[in-house]
Amino acid sequence: MEVLRSQKRTVSNEVVSIPLYLTAPSMEVRLEEFELFAIDRLRVLQGVSDGLARGKNPKEMDDLVDRLWKEHMRHSDVLEMMNKDIISHFVLRLVYCRSDELKKWFLSNETALFRHRFRIKSFEVQRTIAAEFGLSNKVATGAEVESLKEKLGQVIRSMGEKSPNVETIYFKVPFEEVPDLVSGRRVFIQKGYAFVAGSQASLGFHFISKHNFSSVNSSVSLKWTTTIREREKDRLTPIVEALSTSYLGPDYSQSSEYADISLKDIDQVSKSSFPLCMRHLFEKLREDHHLKHGGRMQLGLFLKGVGLKLDDALAFWRAEFTKKVGGERFDKEYAYAIRHNYGKEGKRTDYTPYACQKIISSAPGVGDHHGCPYRHFRICYPSSNTANLIFLLDKQQLLATANILSIRYSFSL
Amino acid sequence: MLAGKHFPYTDIHKWLSYGNDGKHPGCDEFYFGRREFSFTLENDAYLRYRSFKNASAMENDIKEKSPYKIDIGAVYSVDPDKRHAYAQSGTNVFAPVERELVFDIDISDYDDVRYCCSGADVCSKCWPLMTVAIKVIDTSLREDFGFKHILWVFSGRRGVHCWVCDAKARSLTNEQRSAVAEYFRVYKGNENNARKVALMGFSLHPFLARSYVDFLKDFFEGELQATQSIFSSKEKYEKILDMISDEDIQSELREKWENSAKPSLSEEATSLKRWEQLKNTLQSKKQKAPALRMCVEEIVFTFTYPRIDLEVSKQMNHLLKAPFCVHPKTGRVCVPIDPNNCDEFDPLAVPTLSQLIEEINSGGVRMEVDDGDDLDKTLLGKSIKFFRSSFLEPLLKSCKEDIESSYKTKIEKSKDSFSW
Repeated sequence: MEVLRSQKRTVSNEVVSIPLYLTAPSMEVRLEEFELFAIDRLRVLQGVSDGLARGKNPKEMDDLVDRLWKEHMRHSDVLEMMNKDIISHFVLRLVYCRSDELKKWFLSNETALFRHRFRIKSFEVQRTIAAEFGLSNKVATGAEVESLKEKLGQVIRSMGEKSPNVETIYFKVPFEEVPDLVSGRRVFIQKGYAFVAGSQASLGFHFISKHNFSSVNSSVSLKWTTTIREREKDRLTPIVEALSTSYLGPDYSQSSEYADISLKDIDQVSKSSFPLCMRHLFEKLREDHHLKHGGRMQLGLFLKGVGLKLDDALAFWRAEFTKKVGGERFDKEYAYAIRHNYGKEGKRTDYTPYACQKIISSAPGVGDHHGCPYRHFRICYPSSNTANLIFLLDKQQLLATANILSIRYSFSL
Repeated sequence: MLAGKHFPYTDIHKWLSYGNDGKHPGCDEFYFGRREFSFTLENDAYLRYRSFKNASAMENDIKEKSPYKIDIGAVYSVDPDKRHAYAQSGTNVFAPVERELVFDIDISDYDDVRYCCSGADVCSKCWPLMTVAIKVIDTSLREDFGFKHILWVFSGRRGVHCWVCDAKARSLTNEQRSAVAEYFRVYKGNENNARKVALMGFSLHPFLARSYVDFLKDFFEGELQATQSIFSSKEKYEKILDMISDEDIQSELREKWENSAKPSLSEEATSLKRWEQLKNTLQSKKQKAPALRMCVEEIVFTFTYPRIDLEVSKQMNHLLKAPFCVHPKTGRVCVPIDPNNCDEFDPLAVPTLSQLIEEINSGGVRMEVDDGDDLDKTLLGKSIKFFRSSFLEPLLKSCKEDIESSYKTKIEKSKDSFSW
C-alpha cells in the first residue's frame, strides 16, 4: 500500500476522495493489473468522451460519470479502489504521452472526469480537495462578496440560472489561472481578478490539475522515449503501444489505400461522395470563384486528403480564383498557401485534413462558408432567402419531409 | 522607400526594450535582440526572423532594405536570427517566450451592417463603428483585466490594432490569450445564419451589460441610425426581422412597415420610428417566447459590438504591423489613437507619406531626436508626443520598478542561500 503514503493522503473509511495525481506512485504493480486497470479506466474515459461528443449537459454528465465509475472502477475496499485509480491514471499517462494528439485526448477527458467526480462529492470533500490544491487562502472576504453581490448575481443569471443565489464562498484568483472560466464569461472579473464561485471551483482546480498534467506529461514523454521504451521493449512497450491505438478509433490521417482523384472527376465525385460541408464549400467556390481563408483550408486539405495531387490542386484553385482576382494575384497571394498545405513551403509539414471535431469547433464569421452545416447553419423559415441547412439539404436531395420536422424540432429546443 | 526617414527608431527601441536598455544590473541586455521583426519588401519577398542588437542596427537594416511593411513578432528564447545555430547545439529550444497581447479589428468585417462602404473602404460614416469598438475593448482591458499600458494604433487603412504591454499581458500563454479573446467573443454569425449574436441566459454578463449601457445602446440609437438608417428600406429591415425568431412578430412588423413609408419623414426618422415599434412589440410579447428575451440586445450587439479577428490574439507568434509604418496602399501612417479622445480621430486626416516627404523637402525637421516646441510643428509631431507622454513614459516607469524589485528579490534570495 505504498501508493497511499506516497500521495500523502489520509483516507477515512467513509470518505471516498479523489487523488490529485501530483506525484507518480513508487510501488510494484503486477503486469496483469498494469494492463487491466488501464483498460478499465480507458472504458470510463471513452464513455466520458462519447458523452461530451453527444452534447450531454453537466447534470447528465454527472450521472454518466457516476455510473461509469461504479461500473468499471469501484472496489469494495476503499484503499484498493484508490490504488486502482492512481495506478490506472499513471499507466495511461505513460500511454498517452507519446503524441500531441493522444495527449490532448487524454487530458481533456481526464479533466472532464475529474470535474464531474468533483461535482458529485459532498461539500466537505470538495472543501478538503480545495485545501489540498492550496486554494483556501484565496477565499474572497465576506465584505468583498457583499459589495459585488449584484454583479456576481448577474453572472449567474447570464449562465441561465433564473434566480441567482450568490454563494457564500468565492475564490479570488488572478484571471489567468482560470482560463476556461474566463473564456466562457462564467466568472466576474475585476482589475485582473476572477471571482470563482465555490461550486465552480472544480473548474478552477481542473485547470490547475490540467496544468500539472501537462508539465508532468512532457517529462514522462521524454523519459519514455529516451530510456524506458528500449529497456522495456519485451514487457511494457507492447502493452503501452497497443493500449493507445485500441481506443482512439480509426486514424484517417494516413490513408492506407491510396486513391487518386483527378480534376475531371472532381465535379462528379463532389456530388456523389463529398460530405455536406465540403460539398457546400465546393459549390460556393464554383459560384463565387472565391473562398475566404477558413474555407480554403477546410476544402483544400480535404481535397488533398482524398487524393488531389498538388499540380491538380493548383490548377483547380487557379481556375476558379482567376475569374475573380486574376491569375497574377492568385500566383502572388494564394498559390503559396496551397503549396504550403502540401508541405512544399515554410516548415514543410505535411498537413492532414481537418477532423470533424475541428470543423465543428471552428468559428466562421462574416463571408465565411466553412464550418459544419449541422452546427453553424441556421434552420430557417421558408420566407428567408439566406442559405440555411434545410435549403442546403433540400438542394442536395438529402432531405425527406420527415427529416425537416425532426431537424426543426431538435433545433428549436 | 516607405519606412525610412520618419520612423521613430529610438522610441520603438525604447518601447520594445521594456527598460532592459538601462544601466541597472537587473537588466537583460539581450532582451531587445531576441525580438522578431519581419519585413515585406517591394517585390513581395517576405523576410522573417530578423533581429537587431540595438536601435541603430535596426535603423541601418530598415534603411538598407527599405521594406514596404514592418511587422513585429514575439520575443524568443534565443536570437531569432541565429535560431539555426542554436538548433544544432540542441540545448536551446527556439520558442516564443513573450509577446504583447494584441487585438486586430477590421472594418471589412462589418460589411453586412454598413451601407456606406464595403471591403477595405472606410468613410466618416462607418468609422464610428471602430471608435465604439475601441471604447468597449479598452474599458474592459482596464477595468476587468486590470491592464494599464495599452496602445491603440490606426492600421493605416481599414481598422485598428491594440497592443497590451503590461508585463503580465506579455507573459500570457497561448491558452490564456485564447481565454481573453474568447471573453470578448459574442459574435458567432456567418453567412448562413441570420441571427449573428446569440445571447443566452436571463441577464447579460456584467462586462456585456456595461458595454451595452455605456456605449452600444446610445451609439445604436444615435450615431448609427443617423449614418446608416438601418431600418429605412425593405432590404435593410428584412435582415433585422430575420433576427427575430418568431414568425408572428416578423409578419406583424413587416405589415406595419411595408405600407408606412411616409415621404415626409427623413430616412433617419423612419428608421428610428421603426426601431421604437420593434422594441414596443417585443416588449409586449416578451412573456410569450423565452427566445425573444434578449432579442433587442441581440440586434444592438449584432450591429455595434466589436468584431475582433480573434485568431490574431490567440497565438504568441502572430505578427502585427509596427506602429508608425506607412500603409502601402493608402500611404497613411499608422499613428497611435488616444482611446480617451477616440471620437475625434479621423482616419482620412492622418498624414500620408507624400505629405511627409514634402515636409522633409521643404526643410521640416526630423522628429527622431527632437522634442519640445519643434515637434508640434511637424505633421507627425502630435502623434509622437502622444506616444511618448501617454504610453511610453508611464510604461518605462513601471518597467523600471519591476526590474528593480525583481533584482532586489533575487539578491535577497541569494543572501538567504549564503546564510545557510
